[in-house]
Amino acid sequence: MTRQLIKEVFAGEFRISTLDDAVCIDGSLTVTTDAYVVNPIFFPGGDIGKLSITGTVNDLCMNGSRPAYILASFILEEGFAIDQLHSIVSSMQSTAEEAGVQIIAGDTKVVEKGRCDGLYITTAGIGFLPGGIHLDAGKIRSGDKIIVNGTLGDHAIAIINARQQLGLTPAPESDCAPLHEVIRILLQNTNLKFARDATRGGVATILNEICDDTGLGIIIDESSLPVKYSTRVLCDMLGLDPLYLANEGKLIAFIGEANDDLLSLLKTYKYSYEAAVIGQCTNEVKGVFLRTILGRLRPLLMLASDPLPRIC
Amino acid sequence: MNWNRFRQPDLILKLIGDLTEYKKQVKFMEVCGSHTMAIGHWGLRKLLPENIILISGPGCPVCVTPATIIDSLIKLKSVTITTFGDLMRVPGSHQNLEQARAQGCDIRIVFSPMDALKISQDRETIFIGLGFETTIPGIAFSIVNAAKNNNQNFSVLSLGKLIPPALDALLDDKDLKVDGLILPGHVSTIIGMMPYEFIPYKFGIGGVITGFEPLDIVLGVKTLIENLDHPRIMNEYSRVVRPEGNQIALDLISEVFEITHAQWRGIGEIPDSGLKIKSKYADFDAFRKYDIKTSDLEENPLCLCGNVLKGKILPPECPLFAKTCTPDYPIGPCMVSSEGSCAAYYKYER
Repeated sequence: MTRQLIKEVFAGEFRISTLDDAVCIDGSLTVTTDAYVVNPIFFPGGDIGKLSITGTVNDLCMNGSRPAYILASFILEEGFAIDQLHSIVSSMQSTAEEAGVQIIAGDTKVVEKGRCDGLYITTAGIGFLPGGIHLDAGKIRSGDKIIVNGTLGDHAIAIINARQQLGLTPAPESDCAPLHEVIRILLQNTNLKFARDATRGGVATILNEICDDTGLGIIIDESSLPVKYSTRVLCDMLGLDPLYLANEGKLIAFIGEANDDLLSLLKTYKYSYEAAVIGQCTNEVKGVFLRTILGRLRPLLMLASDPLPRIC
Repeated sequence: MNWNRFRQPDLILKLIGDLTEYKKQVKFMEVCGSHTMAIGHWGLRKLLPENIILISGPGCPVCVTPATIIDSLIKLKSVTITTFGDLMRVPGSHQNLEQARAQGCDIRIVFSPMDALKISQDRETIFIGLGFETTIPGIAFSIVNAAKNNNQNFSVLSLGKLIPPALDALLDDKDLKVDGLILPGHVSTIIGMMPYEFIPYKFGIGGVITGFEPLDIVLGVKTLIENLDHPRIMNEYSRVVRPEGNQIALDLISEVFEITHAQWRGIGEIPDSGLKIKSKYADFDAFRKYDIKTSDLEENPLCLCGNVLKGKILPPECPLFAKTCTPDYPIGPCMVSSEGSCAAYYKYER
């Protein structure tokens, strides 16, 4: 629905032909902007501040850019606790340091009680694209492999547990993490064609968008999907599918040739130690398909609406 | 992925291979929507030999709930409505609950009626109490708790439905020819095996209670085939279902609810298949408190959900299926919930 809204309302009026999370405006300068409204503001594995930095960094680095600067605006609800604000801002700074970016400017507005849900953050990000890198979905070919850098659905499960107070112990943690290093490893060790961070809508939604854009088919292998056991059990209980759940520290990479030791190299890095090849592009099918553990192919559809937890 | 022992491909495929020795055509109905989803998810309908046909039954509580209830709820502007997630996108006459929420109605998804009870501590709250025997004890528990604490903010719109009377009504239809039933695992956890015992005696077919893993379902099919000549109720989900059910849950149900007739969307009225709140707990009965009425929404005449729910046709045989009727714009009851037969076929089996 959001994608449809963006296409129909914004892209048309602003005359934007290509819809992307970030855009390279003169061949070397990449810019992005993003808004963060997560509820709850603090969750296991992160908070809205950390998320605002990792989300911005990830949008910047998916085209191969080196993230450099971030600007951040805050909309605060009157009465928001100052110690919580300190904590959020401090986690922004430490995440920025980890990602090698500087927070250089911002804005603050305070709105009346009830006019916002605690705190919203919007960011703008600036990165630099090194010469010679040109990642483009148009380069993806039949036979290219699809890699994810770790377990799927962790962010969504952490948020559902925290928001609904399901009381899971140990509390599942969000995966929110900056992915610039994962991209660097991929660029240095593969013929990387294209990468996207698998946020809202999850891996299945991104794969469908790429199929729509390229006309290629994709077959994902269920037995190779990295999913935590706890995530799978909770998904089974609630009628959710990890392939459609949001991640905040996972990317999908389409690669041609790669060094033999790529996976073992990825597995040495903290944000890709559970990386896996999950499938490949093909001309044999149209659209996205999942090969189940029993060997059958079934379609993985684009879901236009957010998944809803089921009754029983 | 970390597969448990009920998802072992070698074992499941071997069992399916064994089934090819059986050559006669048989038709089994999976009664429960979660089974329909699991069968679609694992692609079992097509993996089984062609002569073993699985058809879907009426087992999605959201699907069979009359849609006019949505209209009545949206009118209650000053009350907080709490609901399980799958009801949010069921279309009413003009809008669904999700759209009503966007226009300012206070409508919240909860994972348990106890969450609704918590919300009612500081505001008037209705919980939309739909479900089969699986969810009804939890709803009863919330009402008992509200009564104990004299929580006048809380009420339940009781739309609970019972599976055995629905099976009785379905099997009574001479047009429905099935050779056995795959009985709902979750419902059976509560009611046990006894309430199904009329099926072999009255209709001469067997039923097997199974779980929702692929091995459970294939084993269930195998058990039904092996016992075609001696139809009876069997339990292949004994790791969860006890023959006598869950007595505490059953006691809770009878403490709070009494049996009544119920309207099943797409099927019609089925005697003794619904639950209403006993007068002892009338203060917590949203139907009485807010004078809510249900009536049947006029269905699209081309919609064949009635026949899908009764197991007479498969979803793709409906002229609206995947054309004008899709999960985002559902027309018939079987498309409205993710557990509905049409939604399951749309997602997995096109």
